[in-house]
Parts: sequence; C-alpha cells; structure tokens
Amino acid sequence: MARIIVVTSGKGGVGKTTTSAAIAMGLAKKGHKTVVIDFDVGLRNLDLILGCERRVVYDFINVINGEASLNQALIRDKNCNLLYILPASQTRDKEALTQEGVGKVLEELSKDFEYIVCDSPAGIEKGANLALYFADDAFVVTNPEISSVRDSDRMLGILSSKSRRAERGEEPIKEYLLLTRYDPDRVKQGEMLSLDDVQEILSLQLLGIIPESKSVLSASNAGIPVILDEKSEAGRAYEDVVARYLGEDRPHRFIEAKQGFFSKLFGGKK
Amino acid sequence: MSNNLPVLEFKSSTFFAPILILFSNVVADIEEALEKKIKLAPEFFKDSPLIIDLTELNKHAKEIDFSHIAQLLRRVGFFPVGVRGGNEQQNKQARELFIPIDTVRELTNLVITDDKNNSVTSQQANKQPAAAEIKPEVVNQASPPSKPVYIAATLVTQPIRSGQRVYASGDLVVMSQVSAGAEIMAEGNIHVYNTLRGRALAGVHGNTAARIFCFDMQAELISIAGDYKTSEDLNKQIYKNPVQIYLQDHALIIKEIV
Ligand SMILES: Nc1ncnc2c1ncn2[C@@H]1O[C@H](COP(=O)(O)OP(=O)(O)OP(=O)(O)O)[C@@H](O)[C@H]1O
Ligand SMILES: [Mg+2]
Repeated sequence: MARIIVVTSGKGGVGKTTTSAAIAMGLAKKGHKTVVIDFDVGLRNLDLILGCERRVVYDFINVINGEASLNQALIRDKNCNLLYILPASQTRDKEALTQEGVGKVLEELSKDFEYIVCDSPAGIEKGANLALYFADDAFVVTNPEISSVRDSDRMLGILSSKSRRAERGEEPIKEYLLLTRYDPDRVKQGEMLSLDDVQEILSLQLLGIIPESKSVLSASNAGIPVILDEKSEAGRAYEDVVARYLGEDRPHRFIEAKQGFFSKLFGGKK
Repeated sequence: MSNNLPVLEFKSSTFFAPILILFSNVVADIEEALEKKIKLAPEFFKDSPLIIDLTELNKHAKEIDFSHIAQLLRRVGFFPVGVRGGNEQQNKQARELFIPIDTVRELTNLVITDDKNNSVTSQQANKQPAAAEIKPEVVNQASPPSKPVYIAATLVTQPIRSGQRVYASGDLVVMSQVSAGAEIMAEGNIHVYNTLRGRALAGVHGNTAARIFCFDMQAELISIAGDYKTSEDLNKQIYKNPVQIYLQDHALIIKEIV
C-alpha cells in the first residue's frame, strides 16, 4: 500500500509545485518508487518543473475518463527511473475530476508505488479538496507572511474535517509544516514572520525551512527539480525535508541570517 | 415619540419546531408516509411549524426539488419555517420561498473532535432536547418534548482552525487553540484552556448567566447572550491573560483570573 502525501497551502504561489517536484524526486532518489500527480487542472506546470512537458500525451483526466490507461499516461522521469509523473490536463474541464474517479486512480497506483505525491491547486475549492481527500500525510506549505499562515490554518481545518480519514473516523491525516521562501535577513528586519511567529499560530511538526533562493527559479527554468542542485541551499533544505520525513533526525538550518562580509571579517558574536 | 417607552426590543429565544428528516427523495412515498403520521396525531401536527432536514439526502446524493417538498408540506397542513443541510440549489429555492436556511448546524458538520474517546460535536449539536424528530420510515409516534433533558458538555481536543465553527447545545470545553477566523458557540458556558484568537459566543439562546473562561485571551469577538465586544473594544491590559467574561446589568464584564 502506498502512502499518499498531499502538498497543500490554501494560498497560491507559495511553492507547492516546487515542493511536490522536489520531494517526489527526493523520495525516488532514496530508492522509493514514487509518482507525483498534478491536480491543478487547467494550469498544469508540474511537468514544466520536472522538464517533461514535451512528453505529455495523455493526462490524469484521460485516465479518469477511461480514455487512456495509467501506463499510457504515466511519464517516467529522465533523471531517476523510480520517479513517475501523472500530468494534469491543460484543456479539459475541472468538472471531470470526481471523487470516485480520483479514488480509482489512486487505488490502482497504490498497488505499484510506495509514495503518491499530490500537488494541490491553490484555493479551498473542489480541486484542492480532492487532492487532500485521500491523503495519509499533508505537507502544509507556508510562506512567512500573515495571509499565507492564515490560509494554511484554514487548510488544516479542512484536512481535519473533510478528508476520507476524517469521514471514516480513522486516525487523522499527519500534518507537517514546510516554511518556504524564508529570508532570514527580512525576518531579522521584521519584514517577515519568524518561525516562532508562524508556529505560534500553526503549531505543527516542522519538516523544514526552505530559504528564498535564486536557484529555485533557474532549476525550474531548466526543468530539473531544485533538490538535484546540491550547491543550492534550497536544494539541500529539501534534501533534509525528505530525510526527516523518512525518520532521520537532522538539525534545522537556514534559519539564521548569513553573516555579512564585515561581521565575518571582524568576528561577529558567535 | 415623547414618552420613553421603547418601540421594540430584540431578544434571543428558542422557537419550538419539529424537524422532518428526509431519507427518501420519492415525493409520493414521502406524501404517503406523512399522511400516515398525521393520522396518528392530527392535533399535534395541525398547523405545526416544521424544519426540513436534507442532510441525509444530500449525503447520499439523492436529488430532490425543494419547492415540491415545501408545496407538499403546506398542502398537508405544515408551515415549513426552515431548512438545513440543503445544497446550493435547494438553498436558493428556499430563499425564493422566504424559508430561512439554518447554517449553524450545517457548518457543525465540519467540526471534528478527537478520534476515539471524545464526543463528536456535530452529533452533540444535533441532539437538541427541544426538537422532536419525525422519521417517516420509523413507526413510533413523534411526541411533543417533555421536561428539559440534561445535556452533556461538548469536549474538543483538536485545534479549531480558521473557518471552522463549533456549536455546543450545552457547555463547551476546548483544550486546544482556537484560531483567528474560527467561531465557537455554546448555549451554555465556554471554557478555553488554551489560546483564544477567534470568536467566542456563549449563551447563544439568551442565557444571560452563561460565562466565557479562557486561558489566553486574544479573541476577535466575545459575546454573551447577544451582548458582544470586538477586539477593538477590549482592554489591552487583559490581552494574552487568563480571563473570565460575564454579564452584569447588560454590561459585559471582563475580569482577569488571578
Ligand atoms: N524557495 C524559493 N525561493 C525562491 N523562489 C521560490 C521558492 N519557492 C518557490 N519559488 C517561486 O515561487 C513561484 C511559485 O512557486 P510554485 O509554482 O511552486 O507555487 P505554487 O504554490 O505551486 O503555486 P500555485 O498556487 O499557482 O500552484 C515560482 O516562480 C517559484 O520559482
Ligand atoms: Mg502549483
């Protein structure tokens, strides 16, 4: 049986797709057969970030409608043969995404994969609700700003009441926090919320802090998940996230502001 | 306008009405079952106000035309005064017929509690002593409510997140945080043994003796029996402190608990 992970946030543009691609690749790199599904019907971009947009023939909705088999629609990643992508449809109507249809596809994938990563669309509408409905674990992606934190809080409410686990009275979805686009300098200047500020409201288990980093954009332009860029702080932070999720105990990093040139030179306080 | 007698007054109170829970969407079957029921106690049902509960139907995706049902009920002598658990379309039809929509209980379906040993809020909320349930498929006779029933307190141990609402027909005890944008309501007292950032309304059916107790006061709004204060009106001194809130001569008193 596969473990189903939903990457969700409520607010748009916080880094869900970046995170989905990174952790799916991270899990596959560690030897776990993983599939990542794009639930963002109409706005697909997971395939861009994974650099497979030119190999898309069939999509998630084709499979739901029985117009293609899973094998026809799944795309194997070019960098890692344990990673597969199920792309979203750019042209089709969102209405085709039904609970029954999604459930059937996930069930079939469960037989073959260890992890299923669901990249949720923004908002709290049908698409987002379907992405989380079948989940076992939730990665709540939050930026250190009040509107993002508030939306994540809202999403947590939906996770605890509108999922299949909640409806069946089973053990609740395990919720984890991923604080992304974190800029220690701006936190220091009080322009962004600190980790403590965020945790005061959300109080979740922290999987990792992903620093704001230019390498994220260049990685997505190149179609290679940032986790494969070992020189990038964001990439290393995602590597930590995957390791922690799999049970490793790693200290959190990238929380403190980098020392400036002068403080390095004159030995600022340690 | 010269004398000082007030022209009107608003008061919070309960209005007794039976709830009709529909399990079938076959109008003919409903009509037949209703007529059987009415024959059993014609006096009790005559001109009775009635709340229509569509939760079960919608849970099983059984479509029903709300205006047909409203018509049928009027024809057999009921006064439909409310609907709950309706879908968008049904609520729209209800609004067109000037039948109010009961949203509070609808939203309590959102509400969660702990998995095993805790009471489930939504069920508690539905267990109102003053509401007789008429279940068409059940044979026993609906009877008017007798003396008030003791209502157990509702316990919530999971965080109440933004956008969630909890309704308790008795006292409400919350062990976890209540987020900004969440709303907790009780016909009795409210206890929050944690941070209260959302809205808390105690004594919602007009119980002026109800109180709110909370461990860490950061609420957006507090209310007892309809008297309320927003965070703007709250004294900065009590912010983040443990407090109790009660009504005294129509004034909300907020006192630090020391
Ligand atoms: N750690 C980061 N550092 C810098 N830029 C980032 C980081 N994470 C994400 N971004 C950028 O933010 C933008 C939005 O990211 P992404 O598409 O992953 O968000 P999303 O939550 O999936 O958005 P949507 O809600 O539209 O689906 C992209 O341009 C991405 O490159
Ligand atoms: Mg996205």
